[in-house]
Order: sequence, then structure tokens, then C-alpha cells
Amino acid sequence: MRALDLKLMRDLRRLWAQCLAIALVLGCGVMVLVLATGTERSLRLTRDAYYDRGHFAQIFAAATRVPKQLLPEIARIPGVAQVEARVSMNVVVDLPGMVEPAQARLLSLPASGLPVLNRPTVRLGRLPDPGRVDEVALSENFAEANGLAPGASFAAILNGQRRTLRVVGLVLSPEFVYLIGPGALMPDDRHYGVIWMNEEPAAAAAGLSGAFNDLSLRLTRGASEAAVIAAVDRVLAPYGGTGAHGREHQVSDTFLRGELGQLGAMALILPPIFLIVSAFLVNMVLSRLILLERPVIGLLKAMGFTGREIAVHYLKLSIGIGVGGVLLGWVAGGWLGARMTQLYTEFYRFPYLIYAPGTASFAISAVMGLGAVALGAVRAVNASARLRPAVAMQPPAPPLYRLGRIDAAAVRMGLRQTTMMILRSITRWPGRAAVTVLGVSAAISVLVACFFTFDSIAAVIDEAFTRTNRQQVTLHLAQSVPATVTEAAAHLPGVTRVEGAFGMPVRLTRGWRSALTQVEARSDGDTLVRVLDGNGRVVAMPPAGLVLPETLAAKLGVAPGDVVTLSLLAPPRDTVDIAVSRVLPQSLGETAYIAAPALFALMRVAPQVNRLNLLVDTDRLPALYAAVKTAPAVDGVLLWTGIRAQFDATIRENLIRTVMIYAVLGVLITVGVIYNAARIQLSERSYELASLRVLGFTRAEVGYVLVGELMLLTFLAIPPGLLGGYGFSALISAGFSTDLIRIPLVISRQTYVVAALIAVVSALGAALVVRRRLDRIDLATALKQRD
Amino acid sequence: MSDRVAFRVEGLTKTYTSGAIAVQALRGIDLALYEGELVVLLGPSGSGKSTLLNILGALDIPSTGRIFFREHELTGMSDAALTAFRREHVGFVFQFYNLVPSLTARENVALVTEISKRPMRPEEALERVGLGHRLTHFPAELSGGEQQRVAIARAIAKRPEVLLCDEPTGALDSATGVTVLEALYEANRDLGTITALITHNAAIRRIAHRTIRLADGRVASIEANAERMEPAGIEW
Repeated sequence: MRALDLKLMRDLRRLWAQCLAIALVLGCGVMVLVLATGTERSLRLTRDAYYDRGHFAQIFAAATRVPKQLLPEIARIPGVAQVEARVSMNVVVDLPGMVEPAQARLLSLPASGLPVLNRPTVRLGRLPDPGRVDEVALSENFAEANGLAPGASFAAILNGQRRTLRVVGLVLSPEFVYLIGPGALMPDDRHYGVIWMNEEPAAAAAGLSGAFNDLSLRLTRGASEAAVIAAVDRVLAPYGGTGAHGREHQVSDTFLRGELGQLGAMALILPPIFLIVSAFLVNMVLSRLILLERPVIGLLKAMGFTGREIAVHYLKLSIGIGVGGVLLGWVAGGWLGARMTQLYTEFYRFPYLIYAPGTASFAISAVMGLGAVALGAVRAVNASARLRPAVAMQPPAPPLYRLGRIDAAAVRMGLRQTTMMILRSITRWPGRAAVTVLGVSAAISVLVACFFTFDSIAAVIDEAFTRTNRQQVTLHLAQSVPATVTEAAAHLPGVTRVEGAFGMPVRLTRGWRSALTQVEARSDGDTLVRVLDGNGRVVAMPPAGLVLPETLAAKLGVAPGDVVTLSLLAPPRDTVDIAVSRVLPQSLGETAYIAAPALFALMRVAPQVNRLNLLVDTDRLPALYAAVKTAPAVDGVLLWTGIRAQFDATIRENLIRTVMIYAVLGVLITVGVIYNAARIQLSERSYELASLRVLGFTRAEVGYVLVGELMLLTFLAIPPGLLGGYGFSALISAGFSTDLIRIPLVISRQTYVVAALIAVVSALGAALVVRRRLDRIDLATALKQRD
Repeated sequence: MSDRVAFRVEGLTKTYTSGAIAVQALRGIDLALYEGELVVLLGPSGSGKSTLLNILGALDIPSTGRIFFREHELTGMSDAALTAFRREHVGFVFQFYNLVPSLTARENVALVTEISKRPMRPEEALERVGLGHRLTHFPAELSGGEQQRVAIARAIAKRPEVLLCDEPTGALDSATGVTVLEALYEANRDLGTITALITHNAAIRRIAHRTIRLADGRVASIEANAERMEPAGIEW
């Protein structure tokens, strides 16, 4: 090994703690990049492979009753490759040992056996034998959550009739990678599942013999999705078609897309922060090292080494740090990525997992990581190459101080001299102080942004569960019925208040933009389910116009006062132009609202309901549940307290894990910055600080000069850090919002305080570690050294 | 100078170990320093002068032996107690001044007066060493002699009982060195500060009450100066 390279190795060994601190910060950036892009890629590949093997449909449509004779006509639509028609219905399920009712979506399996599209993958047991009317397959998660293995039996209420069904298999389907019930916000495996049943008994139960009500299509390569959707809508319209749609409205796929989008956003937003901070750290450490090594550089130059050779030598040092950081990031990112993908495949139901982070994410992170440290080293390395040997061998000129306005103010304030030393050090080297402030504020920003997710989710929960939905139970009715049903419902056991609700599928169109959604009729007296404005006040429905959530308005490109075309996708299937009266911020869903009288006037019917919202005497819930399990009119039940608990648990479990990771990252940046700054301070000022000890200053008093400066800089970093955190949260709010959930930009005071506190505590920790070195300085020797 | 003993040193040894090598800097020193006296420590490099001074000033602790300041025994004191001893009783002056570069002359002196019990004003201390006109200058703006006089002002500003000087004129030319010695001489005369001064320069011994010669970690000789000379009278 060449002597210079030996020196390099020894430098790295001598500076290991500082190098490690930088490598850790850099490693964080690399890790997040590898983690996010690797997980995104793995999840995407798993999804695509699963969709492909499971023949996942591209177009979905529902109708009331379509004769099977229409199938050839549908298959002939240009662009249609495969057609799968089936019966679909919601059923109430009575599980052994469960007081409350569960619900399920029942789907028919063709007589021929395996469906052409949306093929279930059998995980355990088998699919129902053709001809067996009581055999069913269950979605795996529902079966597992309720302890239903093949061979078990349970009861379901099919069109008012209680039937005993026998489980023969557990399956997964590409259609239900993420399975949530109608009106629910999160998967609830105990209370919602999918049942696959042979076509004949299913059609008989649904009263659809010789007909179907659910259609899936796959397109030929290059076919126009919009054209096929329009053609399907034309064919199904007379049969109660509620509007065909592509995967963008398929709930499970939408959630998956949202998740992939969030991972992509994470890869874009976070790594640059870590890379920039580590570039600055490399610059800070290397500049200092070169300053300390001036005599060595002078000597090397005097011996005939070129500036270029010396520059390369120091560049190698930074690359050494870079390589260390990249490797650390690779290992951590690869490991966490595999764990995260594993978690995703459990959370989303995939039958298998393809963990393939791809070489690209590793390569890109390496290029960016090494680029960042090389960039950070350039200035310092240039300086080393330019030093003249004679100049280099001289000790550097002592720093020049001048009295300025700040000094005059400080003197007037009667500050102690040790405090003056702190202030002068900052004003004499403002660039270095700025790097420290920048680094710590970056850490605070990361912390604010990661805690902000808690605040925003808390806001969503509060909006969805406390302020908007105040009912305890929602009953979904199989059909729309006159509003007078509420009087009968009031007599159900334990019910203390009933409010009817009505919603129907609609298409809203404005120019070339259109959206499939649900319109909800709102009555003045509704108190259980409320529509609120941004300030939490109840919105009074305008007599005629529509009230839209912001996400939907943005999708349609409309503002209050604009007119949209409203197509009712249920009888009377009219299309009218209607004004948008108001646009509201709303976190969950894209439901449009209209005054009940206005909607029923459009429909030309007396007031109707298809949902009942209830307040219930909790002691009598079991009696209510028992009544609901046998009520033929009810095809679905939502138990809001259960939903809330589930939502809380799932979100918290996922968030806490993520937040812990980011909190560690925030701490690492702070420690990396402050530790390096402290070591540099110590190496430059050990002589001066030892002199103070000689003059009779105690360890604490001398430590104050070192720790005080770093803590002052940390405090200075708090305002920009909090501001950066706000901006960062705004980016996340925009980048992480999906069609289904809008992440509100809500940051609590507690988030700001905790983020700042974590930074202050980690900075103090890092500074105190270095202070311990100061305590160990041998006074007699320190005074003899003159650097 | 009185005949009351201020410092009493008994059987002092100091061994430094660095790796496998042990260096015996002091090999058994017995010594007394008297109230109000100015002593000069002479001896070749490695004779143990600085080690002795550092131990007297509580910057270092002996390997064996005992050391008393008045009725207090310094040996065995905790680090905090030694720091308090330095803070209250000892002033230091070093060859390389040890000024804080980011503080002005006045502020360097104030550094010490802020932590002392009955200090003189920083301006007065600087006045005493003839630098009343350089109060707001930073060390980098002062000459070597001026910097050393600031260091002396800083050392005497807290009215220490002991002033320990390790080659205070070592980095200075003769004329400048004399002004520094004058400052020390006057401090000893006017404030009664016990002053121990290390030097390589034998001429300086003539301003002292006594001269202690060290060789090879031991006291080689102690001479009393029958006729002290004022610093202005010596040259080298």
C-alpha cells in the first residue's frame, strides 16, 4: 500500500467517530431511498403479477337485473376480450359465538368452476363442488379472524331466509387485496368478508335466476377503456346499470395505488434532506481536517506531491465516508424493505410476495450518496490543492476579531466573558454556525413532519367519528323504502333515535371531466350524520344546488357557482344540469350532498331511505343485533364503535412503527451535526479551554463555553426547523393524499414542542459526550501544545 | 519577604508513564517558599522546573510526597478543591501568553475578575502593566510583550497570593522582556505576591530574593540573593 493510502486508512481510523456520525446521516438518506423505492417496486411487481395470474378485470359494472342473453352482445363490444357475469349481493352473517351481526358480499361462481376473471386463489381446502348448494368458499382473512376452517358451518340471511352454509375452502382474490365493507373506512376482518357460492343457489337466493347483476371485463390490447365503458353503460342502462368504471374506482386497487403513490412520495421528499445535510457535514469535517493538516500538506508538497495528488487523497477520505454511509444505508434499507414488504403483504392480502427491490434503487442511492459527499468535499479539497508549500508549513494566521455592533450590545448587556466567547465564535465563523443551524433545523423539520401524520390522522378520526358520524349503528337496507319506515325502526329493541338516510350512485360531468360518485340526500333535521364546514360548523343545505367536497370539486375543475351535469344512475335515470353551491374540505370520501327535497323532486318520488342511522341503549344492543340478524330488509350493518376501535388500532400500529423510524432518523441527523460541530470546536479550542481551567474555571464553567455555543445554535435552529417542518408537512399532505383520504394539514402545538425537545435533548447528549473529552484534557500537556 | 513559610514541599516525586516508558521528572524534592518572596527557578531542560511549578499551582498532582500551602495540604485534594485553590489563590503566566483570542485585553482580564472574590478592576490591572491605553484591542492586535503583559494583568487582577510564571520572557526580546519583568517585580513588591519564575536566562536571577537550581529532578542548590537588582538594570 502506498504511504499516502496508509495515512488515509489511519486518518479514517483516528476520525472514526466523526466519520461514523456523517456516514449514519448519509446512510439514513440512502436507507429511505432504498426502502421506499425498493418496497414500492416490490409491491408493484407483486400486485402486477397477482393481477395477471388472477386475471383481474379492467372494467367493472353493476346493474339491477340483466338477462344472460345479453352476454353475447356485451362480448361483441369492440375492445372487450373476456366477460365474466355473476350474481353479487350483500348478506348479513350470523357467526357462531358472535353477538353482533357480521356482513359479507356473496359472489357467484360459474357452473363451469373457476371464473374467467377475478380468479380466486385457493389457500386451503377447495372451491365448492358444482351442484352443492350449501358449500361456500370464504375470503381467507374473514375466515381466519372468525376461526372458520374448511368443514365449519355458519348461518347467513339470504334474502330474508336463514341458511346454513358449509365452508369448504379459504381463498384470496385480486379483487379484494384490500377488503372493506360498504361505508366502512378500514378493513374489519371479523365483521366483513366475501363468500363465493355456486351460481345456482346464489342466483336463486338473489332472485336472479337466468340473470346477473355484476359484470367484469378485460380489454384487448390497445382498446379504449372509455369507449367500452360508454358501450357497456348503453347496454346496461335499461337493466338498472349504475355506471361501469375502470380500476380507478375499484376500491381495493385504489387503496393499493394510493399506497404506491405514498411510497413514491416518500422516496422523493425525504432522502434529499439527509443527502444535503451529509454533504455539509463532510465539508465541515474535511475543511477542519485540512486546516489541521496544513503542515503535512506543506511537507508533501515540498517533497514533490502535486496539488492534484493531494486533492485526490482528501477526496478519497470523503469517498471512504461515503462508501461507509452507502453500505450502511443499503443494508438497513434492504433489510427494512424486506420487512416492510412482508408487512404490506400481510396488510394487503397477497397470496405471495415478490421482494425485488431492483438494482436501480441501490445504484441511484449510491450515486446520490457518493455525489453528496464528493460535493461536500470539493471546496475543502480545492483549498488543499491550492496551498503553497511555504504557506502551508506555517501555522495558520490567528483569527482576526473586530468589535462590531453586536459586541457593543453584548457589552451593554453586561454578559459574562465566557458568553462573549460563545457569541464571538459564532459571529467570527458564521458559515460554520449556519451549517450547524441548517443541520439541526433539517432534523427538526423531519421530526415535525413525522409527528404531523399523527395529528392529521387524529383530525381525520375526529372528523369522521366524533363530529360527522355520531350514530352508533347504521343499517343498510336491501332496497329503498318510503321514509315512513323510520317510525317502524324506532320500535326496534333499544333504539333511542332513528334518522333515515338516502344515497344513490350518480355521475357528475363538467366538460370532458367526469366522476362516478354517490349523492347523499340531506334533511334539515339530521343530527346523527352531519355535513360540516372547515370550521366544524354544520352546513345548511342550499335549497337546490350541490355541495361538493374539495377533492371532487378539484377533480371536476369546478368552483361554487359553476354548473355540472348530474346523471342519476338509478331510476328515473335522468340527467340534469345543477349548480355547485358550495365546496367543503373533507378528509374521507368523495360523496356529494344535496337537500333531500331537491333530490326527491328530481327523482319524482316521495321521500325515501336506504339507510337507517341509529342511537341505541347500549345495554340492549344484543337484542337489537338479534332482531337485525332476522330482518329481511336489512342487508348490511355498520357498528361504528367497532369501526372506530379498528381504525384506531390499525392506524396506530402502522403509524407508530413508521414514526419511530423517522424519529430515529431525526435524532441521528441532530447527533451527526452536533457531534461533528462539537469535535471541531474541541480540536480548535482545546488550548483555549484548557487555559480557562488553569485560570480556575470549573469543568462545568469551561464546558459551558463548548456546550453553550452548540445549544445556542440548536435553539436558533428551532424557528427555521419548525417552519421547514410545516412546509415539509404540506408536501406530505399533498403527496400522500389519495382519492379516498385527504391528509389534512393540521399540526398540533404538541408536535412542534416534542420535535424541538427531541432535537434539543439529542443535541445536548451529543455535546455532553464531547464535553467528557474536555474533562479528560491533561492541563499540563495541553498548555505545552501550540497549534 | 518574611520568614513565614507559605509553601512546604516534602519528598516530592513525579513519574510520567507513556506506554512502556516511565520518565521520572521529580526525584524527591524538599523545599520551602516564604511569604512575599520572589524566587527564580533555574535549570536545564528536563530538570523538572515546569513539573514542580505545575504541582505548586495545582495543575498536576505528585506521584509521592506531600505539599502544603500555609496550613492546607494540597496532596489528596479532589479535582474540584484543586480548581477552587487555583481560582482563589494562584495566578499563572505562561511563555505563550494563553490569552483567549476572541476576547479583548480588558475582557481577558475580566474573565478572571468575574470569578474572583476581591479582584481589582480590569482597567486598574492593565494600568499597572502599562496597558491602560490598549483596553479594547484583541490579542492578535497586540505585540508579544503587550500580550504577555495582558496575561500578567489577568494573573494579578484577582490579587492572588501566588504568582507562577513559566518562562514569561522566553518568547520575547530583551527590551520587551524587561517590561514584563518589571510588571512581575512590581506585583511582588506592591501586592506581596509570592512569585515563582522559571527561566533559562541566568541574568534574571538577580531580581529574585532566592535562586533555586534544579538538575535531574532534584534541588541542586539554593542561593539567597544578597543584593537584588531592579529589572531595568539587567540585560541579556
